[in-house]
Amino acid sequence: MRIGIPGEIQANENRVAATPDTVGKLQKLGYDVVIESGAGEKASFGDAAFAEAGAQIGNKTDVWSSDIVLKVNPPTDEEIALLKDGASLASFIWPGQDQELMEKLSQRNINVLALDSVPRLSRSQSLDALSSMANIGGYRAVVEASHQFGRFFNGQITAAGKIPPAKVMVIGAGVAGLAALGAAGSMGAIVRAFDTRPEVKEQVESMGAEFLELDYEEEQDSSDGYAKEMSQAFIDAEMALFMEQAKEVDIIITTALIPGRPAPKLILEDMVKAMKPGSVIVDLAAQTGGNCDCTEKDKVVVKHGVTVIGYTDLPSRLPNQSSQLYGTNLVNMLKLMTPEKDGELVIDFEDEVVRGLTVVKGGEITWPAPPVKVSAAPAAKPAPVIEPKEEKPAKPWVKPAMMAFGACLFGWIANSAPAAFLEHFTVFVLSSIVGYYVIWNVKSALHTPLMSVTNAISGIIVVGALMQMGSDNNIILALSGIALMVAMINIVGGFAVTQRMLKMFIRD
Amino acid sequence: MSQGLLVSAYLISALLFVMSLAGLSRQESAKTGSLYGMVGMAVAVLATLGHAATEGLTLITLLMMAGAAIGLYLAKKVEMTEMPQLVAILNGFGGLAAVLIGFSSAIEAINLRAAPIVGKFIVELSPTEQLIHSIEIFIGIIIGAITFSGSVVACLKLNGSINSRPASLPGGHWANLAVIAAAILMGVVYVQQDSILALVVMTALAFVFGITLVMGIGGADMPVVVSMLNAYSGIAAAATGFMLGNNLLIITGAMVGSSGAILSYLMCAAMNRSFISVILGGFGTESGTVVSDGEQGEHVEINVEDTAELLKNASSVIITPGYGMAVAQAQHPLRELVNKLRAQNIKVRFGIHPVAGRLPGHMNVLLAEAKVPYDIVEEMDELNDDFTETDVVLVIGANDTVNPAASEDPGSPIAGMPVLKVWEAARVVVFKRSMATGYAGVQNPLFFKENARMLFGDAHDTVEGILKQF
Repeated sequence: MRIGIPGEIQANENRVAATPDTVGKLQKLGYDVVIESGAGEKASFGDAAFAEAGAQIGNKTDVWSSDIVLKVNPPTDEEIALLKDGASLASFIWPGQDQELMEKLSQRNINVLALDSVPRLSRSQSLDALSSMANIGGYRAVVEASHQFGRFFNGQITAAGKIPPAKVMVIGAGVAGLAALGAAGSMGAIVRAFDTRPEVKEQVESMGAEFLELDYEEEQDSSDGYAKEMSQAFIDAEMALFMEQAKEVDIIITTALIPGRPAPKLILEDMVKAMKPGSVIVDLAAQTGGNCDCTEKDKVVVKHGVTVIGYTDLPSRLPNQSSQLYGTNLVNMLKLMTPEKDGELVIDFEDEVVRGLTVVKGGEITWPAPPVKVSAAPAAKPAPVIEPKEEKPAKPWVKPAMMAFGACLFGWIANSAPAAFLEHFTVFVLSSIVGYYVIWNVKSALHTPLMSVTNAISGIIVVGALMQMGSDNNIILALSGIALMVAMINIVGGFAVTQRMLKMFIRD
Repeated sequence: MSQGLLVSAYLISALLFVMSLAGLSRQESAKTGSLYGMVGMAVAVLATLGHAATEGLTLITLLMMAGAAIGLYLAKKVEMTEMPQLVAILNGFGGLAAVLIGFSSAIEAINLRAAPIVGKFIVELSPTEQLIHSIEIFIGIIIGAITFSGSVVACLKLNGSINSRPASLPGGHWANLAVIAAAILMGVVYVQQDSILALVVMTALAFVFGITLVMGIGGADMPVVVSMLNAYSGIAAAATGFMLGNNLLIITGAMVGSSGAILSYLMCAAMNRSFISVILGGFGTESGTVVSDGEQGEHVEINVEDTAELLKNASSVIITPGYGMAVAQAQHPLRELVNKLRAQNIKVRFGIHPVAGRLPGHMNVLLAEAKVPYDIVEEMDELNDDFTETDVVLVIGANDTVNPAASEDPGSPIAGMPVLKVWEAARVVVFKRSMATGYAGVQNPLFFKENARMLFGDAHDTVEGILKQF
């Protein structure tokens, strides 16, 4: 099958759905690739680079007449008309927000794969284009903020005085929020984050940021992996926290989105007023109305001395990077849907990832897909909780009784045994103790050499055999002779193998 | 040579043995340590030869040369992966020697009673002395016999010549108990009747007991068994020392016994099991539910290229090997991989669980063989808290020693066992042949963790595959 990569026609779109790198990977899956001339120009991928990677360079008609069309933005009416019958189209679609587009798409006999509708499973992370774009958006948000912010991010003590570090608050610790925390933190700012899902606290802290907590409890389960809308009491507590933070921080980055609904208003006008002049707000939710009262979509405005950035094309402002990540997401999607690697696209509805991202199949709307649970949870908890083993209360008399018995036994032996035996016994006990202290110092890495050395020296039994070799009884002689030989195997084998092992231990 | 010189020679060689063991506490001094041991042994043998009768010296020399040649051959020929077998069989030889010397000592004692004349002296032992001597012989032989047959079985199990699964007689532990009780009964008969026949029967029973004891213990518990047999061979030597009235044997035997006992204890502690429960047989005998073997979630596969990519982008890597690495002989390509990574300034370390492999310290020896510098090979306790700051962990042929169920699921058969906390790292790549469970038969939730990736295939081949990507 042939894959077509058209150029994006939206005015402020710099991305492209493939890079020379991903073109190579697509070919490995058995596809031919044709790319519209100049499609990658704005993302710094020239036609020559694509041609070198093995792609055909074509015009618009060549591209749109392919079996599969990969692009970034939802198609326009004109583009839909260009698709050939039975073709497949993969791009962002936003089926929930754009009913009209879905209607139009379903009028053609085509398959539509929406990269924004990939179910969130561990397995599908590699094709989750929303995450990769959010990651870039979060990073770029910090870059935009620092561009508008009139100060350093990191604190410094210079000859010309002390500079305090900037304080950055991120609302919503999703992929974008975490990326923003990482970027701001690495520039030296003090970073903190708020999220309605307390379970993300650990992730926030892993980015070196402080997690802001409300002293308010609410039942939260996000079985689809996204945040939900909250109760009124919770929102009040949240607002109070934001008001307090607004007075203190220099930069606020908001990333709160609720799928399929307008973004929640979190930073109200009076909070903006409360911020220090020169502060910056970056609103990543501008597309769906913004988290801030003062946000204007796609614009930078200054209100009450605070710069509010409402760009919706942040990933497109890093076109080279975002094209590469988006292109790889597409490759991973096609990998999943090309099981034989023979260049034939298979839409298998048994696979819940494929089911989720297919929004139109053969001209029929198949959106929304039946819900899938995030990452197949362990199939029912291992049901029966084991009764903790009943600890038998240790009988308090056992130990003293044993000791008393031992003492009696020893007394009896000491009393009746000859002195020679007791001497030997003394030697035995003392040597055991010496051995005990010496062995504890041995490093665990040397346990195998230790065993072979002890093997070798336990061959000291050879002395016993030698002592009996003087006998004139032939049976004794034979037995000790064998013992002598066996003990020698022990000694020489043990020492030789120890030497061999120790020689191998080398220091760097 | 006078008696005084002999005793002083024994003192010197005992001191040298202590220094030898003390030398093994650090890699730097280990080689000198083993040299001290050799010198000590030479001193002891020469002094004994010099003191004892000089007749039959040719025969003695011949036998010793033969033994030395066999020992040298074994030591040179053995592959490092076969080290457990060699250590096991050498333990057995110690036991066998103890049995043989016990018998010749018993025959001597009986002859002596019939004609209590040695040279010009009349040797008359008191009844108590006779009793104690007989008991010493009995103890030396029974322990020696158990050590010998147990070691042979352990060696065969480690070699894969017999199935390493636990197998027991009908009647289980009771049958074992009956065997050893009968052996002790025969010992009592010997002590009272001076009957060599009873001694022979006793020895045979002890051989049987040694076999059934080790047969009942499974493959992964072998580190404990080998250490235990090591201790037994020491005790057998000490018992022989009592029997012959030789202090050097007692001292050496006692030290070897301590060493084996400590190693057994360490191995048991590393599995959070009591010595008794290891000896009484494999997992599953304890109460507690076996975790439902139903699907626990989905595991995610990764390929060689992506693993190489992960490694290239990492800044710190920990490798946790297990017995599977030894089986696949993956340590050599692994060392090359480590060199490549270190050349790129990536911090690479090995994390060794105490019971990884089939012998205490087994993994260390294998890595040393592959020329991995020992200062990047660390123990579990040294690096277990560092996993949180680690980018990539490679789990190679280990399973139960990295099982999070040990700390998370109180119902698991391995609950409470200290394990390497690999799942705390950013990414874990598990090298594994298939999804089969480990020795303990416990499903490993690690494979289904979100940050875990499975790389299926023979570890040797997959590691080489990764190498090609560099």
